[in-house]
Amino acid sequence: MAARSSLADFVKRRFTQRTEDILTAYLCLLPWIIGFLAFTLGPLVFSLVLSFFQADLFTRNIFVGFGNYIDLVQDPLFLKSLRITAVYAFVSVPLGAATALAVALLLNQKVVGLGVWRTVYYLPSVISGVAVAVLWMQIFNPRMGLINNALKVVGIEGPSWIFDSTWALPSLIIMSLWAVGANMLLYLAGLQGIPTHLYEAAKIDGANVGRRFWHVTIPMLSPTIFFNVVISLIAAFQFFTQSFIMTNGGPNNSTLSMVLFLYRKAFQQTRFGYASAVAWVLFAIIICFTLLFIRSSSLWVYYAGEERDE
Amino acid sequence: MNSVLDIAFTSNIKRVWHPVFRQFGLLALVLPGASLFLIPWLWMLSTAGKDTALIWKTPPVWIPPVYHWDNFIKAWLQGDFAVYYLNTFYISGMNVIGILISSVLAAYAFARIRFPGRDILFIVVLSTMMLPRQVTLIPLYMIFSELGWINTFKPLIVPLFFGDAFSIFLLRQFFLTISRELDDAALIDGCRRLGVLFRILLPLTKPALAVVAIFNFTWAWNEFFTPLIYLDSPKLFPITLGLHRFIGRAQIDIQFLMAMTIVSTLIPIGIFFLTQRYFIQGIVITGIKG
Repeated sequence: MAARSSLADFVKRRFTQRTEDILTAYLCLLPWIIGFLAFTLGPLVFSLVLSFFQADLFTRNIFVGFGNYIDLVQDPLFLKSLRITAVYAFVSVPLGAATALAVALLLNQKVVGLGVWRTVYYLPSVISGVAVAVLWMQIFNPRMGLINNALKVVGIEGPSWIFDSTWALPSLIIMSLWAVGANMLLYLAGLQGIPTHLYEAAKIDGANVGRRFWHVTIPMLSPTIFFNVVISLIAAFQFFTQSFIMTNGGPNNSTLSMVLFLYRKAFQQTRFGYASAVAWVLFAIIICFTLLFIRSSSLWVYYAGEERDE
Repeated sequence: MNSVLDIAFTSNIKRVWHPVFRQFGLLALVLPGASLFLIPWLWMLSTAGKDTALIWKTPPVWIPPVYHWDNFIKAWLQGDFAVYYLNTFYISGMNVIGILISSVLAAYAFARIRFPGRDILFIVVLSTMMLPRQVTLIPLYMIFSELGWINTFKPLIVPLFFGDAFSIFLLRQFFLTISRELDDAALIDGCRRLGVLFRILLPLTKPALAVVAIFNFTWAWNEFFTPLIYLDSPKLFPITLGLHRFIGRAQIDIQFLMAMTIVSTLIPIGIFFLTQRYFIQGIVITGIKG
């Protein structure tokens, strides 16, 4: 009898524990759920709807169907911003990844003063994009700037950098390399996570440095590379602050990024419907490239063992 | 040839000298790169202390004969930077408070409690991290303007009291590293679920809370886009907008601009140096356990 009642007790306790668990979980998640609905999902749907309207804050909204999207593909300035954004993303991200990886490989060699070097390379990532932009505006200054003065030493008359429509976008890409520190730290952590016995085994099998790099380091690091490149691409597609502050999209719109284009349409011309269509094109591009990248990952990303679920 | 002495000798040479040469070789590669990364800082410091004549001098003078510390004071006074600093502290501080409260709760539910819909909701959290904010920007702007929140701090603060995907993710990862046996023991002893969180998990996750606080404070400090959208009056500007406004002023002297750029970065840099360990740990944990 005692056994029966304790069993019933046990079942009851399990049951109430389970209900309490579910209630507690949803209570804990309530702020996030409300926030998600109010500040993410709601606006997301709203902005898709808005992209089919001619809309501003003041007059009535007119349904235009795909009109905004049709206008967009015929807007030479938008197409230009698309091209500029693509160039920026597909040049700065691989270049940044290569730089970060190279620095990480160096610092992973048990070099003396690792902490100091790590800090030196990472520090530019700590400060705001605005501060970086303001500093580099002066560095790129054609007359008194650091770069042209350095070039003068080796006898080269430097270009006008951010004031020259050919050089403005490359200038922003060069500047972006200064802030690869965060990626470098991730690669460094990834490198330190590679078990040394793999290198020893490869060494015993007669693999030289190059082969050890290609057949041990790169495969073992590929999940880190993958993660980094995806995150950096998403960020690069949204580049804004640099061109807004340094060149204001110029000269001759040569640094007009998609987000800067969107910002102007939305907040300078209050064309909210049109700007929403820009946002959705940007979103679609980001989703496409992310999915493409994830799908391709099975070809080149090596996961040692299975991912843990919990 | 293969005498014991010989082997001992060569291996000794290898052991003592090889690492030294190796270090020289490594440093020969590390130093040029490090100097490239350092030079912009030095140049900024040098420029901030120059007078106008010296700035335009070519070739540039790296160490000004007289370092004009008063540039910092003049620029600070010219540009309302005290106001910007206070605003930034307020916004960043509120961000951290909001994010900590809301994200700890959500992260706990995801890490420790089994409930229907958990996996789907967690995927939703992760996907919001990937969502470009421009997609929700315009509706949010319209909503906030409907609420009369334009040109107030509310759009920069209130949403963060409803959780932040990155912080939820980071805290969940930390919670998962703590043994579940502790929870189970407390639950058997009759502790409630939330009691487990506050009495057992939180004291153990102080480093994680520190990481979340440090990151979010720094990000909020460096944030430009959101305040640019929502704030109009300079007396509400954070330091990033203030610096941007400072450039916009007609013919601002470059040394003043550089001085204030330095000033704007002091807090993030200070935080980084004081909390380097947490900083790096945070980056590593969120990056690796993706």
